[in-house]
Parts: sequence; structure tokens; C-alpha cells
Amino acid sequence: MQQQINLKTIVIPSSHGRICDVCGRILSELKCNNFSEDEVFGIHLAIEEALINAVKHGNGADEAKQVKIDYCISKDKFEVNIADEGSGFEPEAVPDPRVGENVFKASGRGLLLMKAYMDQVEYVARGTCVHMIKYKKA
Amino acid sequence: MIFLHIGVYGMARLQPRINIENENDFTIVSFTSEKILEETQIQALEHSIMPIIEQAQTPKIILDFANVRFLSSAVLGLLIRISKKVYQKNGNLRLCSIYPKIFEVFKITRLDKVFDIYQTREDAVK
Repeated sequence: MQQQINLKTIVIPSSHGRICDVCGRILSELKCNNFSEDEVFGIHLAIEEALINAVKHGNGADEAKQVKIDYCISKDKFEVNIADEGSGFEPEAVPDPRVGENVFKASGRGLLLMKAYMDQVEYVARGTCVHMIKYKKA
Repeated sequence: MIFLHIGVYGMARLQPRINIENENDFTIVSFTSEKILEETQIQALEHSIMPIIEQAQTPKIILDFANVRFLSSAVLGLLIRISKKVYQKNGNLRLCSIYPKIFEVFKITRLDKVFDIYQTREDAVK
């Protein structure tokens, strides 16, 4: 994420219970910045999925490991980095959950939903950090 | 019609709750929480719903989403596990009253083609 004046940072232990706090804080700020109900819903889903991935798959729910959230809300976009302390993964290796027998699998839909609801989703640092952007509609 | 209100047993947290009703041979499970997100919530739901399926000879289940306004992909995983359990017993699983924004999630993941989805509970029990 580029250096931004209104960049905010939250660091949490790898606890599912803390995900709700982070989402609540960000959603509240999005509403104050006049993001639409649809945009807030989509961003909520995307950050929820990214945080679950970071806590569960990245850090293995090890509360000694942290998840760092850097975000910036401006008048025209929401931008976030969510980084874990895991060993990373290859997003390209994640099978498409919409295809064939994958549709009957109980997991593997988080990344698809993040991509569906955000305008930009990019994994960096060997897959340990996801960078996402959602542009506000005029 | 039999009406039960069940808090999730064995869990320190009382949320989420489900209501269980019986109508036209169907067991209707209504989610009463507006948001279903946390892993503990989802595990608690699973521990509440699976015994209903296991106890029925041929389960006929309707999952009513009328109160739900937000869910994570982990809930979709739970629905897949429920459906497998129901179909193992040659049962019938229907979903109903899904809020439009959540129905969009089903469409994105193509689960709208997998599940038998009805607009209203009245339609689902027919």
C-alpha cells in the first residue's frame, strides 16, 4: 500500500473473536464515509474472509501469531492490506470452487468471494499478505 | 405444528439460536441470528442440526434464512455438510427466504444450482 496520510493500522492475535471487532470498526468508518449498503456488505464479506484465512490458514489459529491490518478509507476508495505470519500459499493453486466436484466441497470459497466483491485482490509476500481495493461508486 | 426454541446446548455462548417447527412432514429449522460468522457459532449450529437429521429415518428439512442478513463462506461449508448428511439418508433438503444480498453469494459460488431454494417458507413446505 502506498504511503497514505490517513492510513490506520490494527494488530490482533490470531483469534476468531477479534475478527468481529476489526470488521465492526472498519464498517463503521465506511458508513461514516458514505459507502453504499451494497459496498459495505461486499467489503464486510471480503475482509471477513481474508481475516479468517489469515487467522486460520495463515497463522494456524496460533494466538501467539499476529494479523496486521493496514487500511485507508478515502472519499473514493477503501484499501486494505491483511498480513499474517504464516508460510504463505500460492493463490493460483486454489481450485475454482464452482467447477465440477469442487462445488460439493465444504471449503475453498473465501478467495472467490473476495475477488467477486472487491475491485482488486492481490496476494504479495509469498501469499502472506492480501492487498484489496474497493472503489466507491459515484 | 410443534414449536421449539432451542439455545445451542453445551456451548458457553447462547448465540446463535435456532427455532424448530414441524409442518407437512418437514422439520423447519429457522436461524434466528442476523449474522452467522464465527467458527464457534457455526460449530454450535452443526451440533444442533446434525442430530435432527440423524434421528430422522428419512429427513425432510427446511432451513429458513428469513432472519439472516450476513454469513461467511464457512456457513456455505456447513450447508454442504448438512446436505450430504440428508442425502445419505435419502432425505429432502430445502432452503428458503434467503435475503437478496445473501442469495447473490449463493449465485457467485453457484450453490444456487446445488440447493433446492424457495422464495418463501410457504412455497418450501408445499
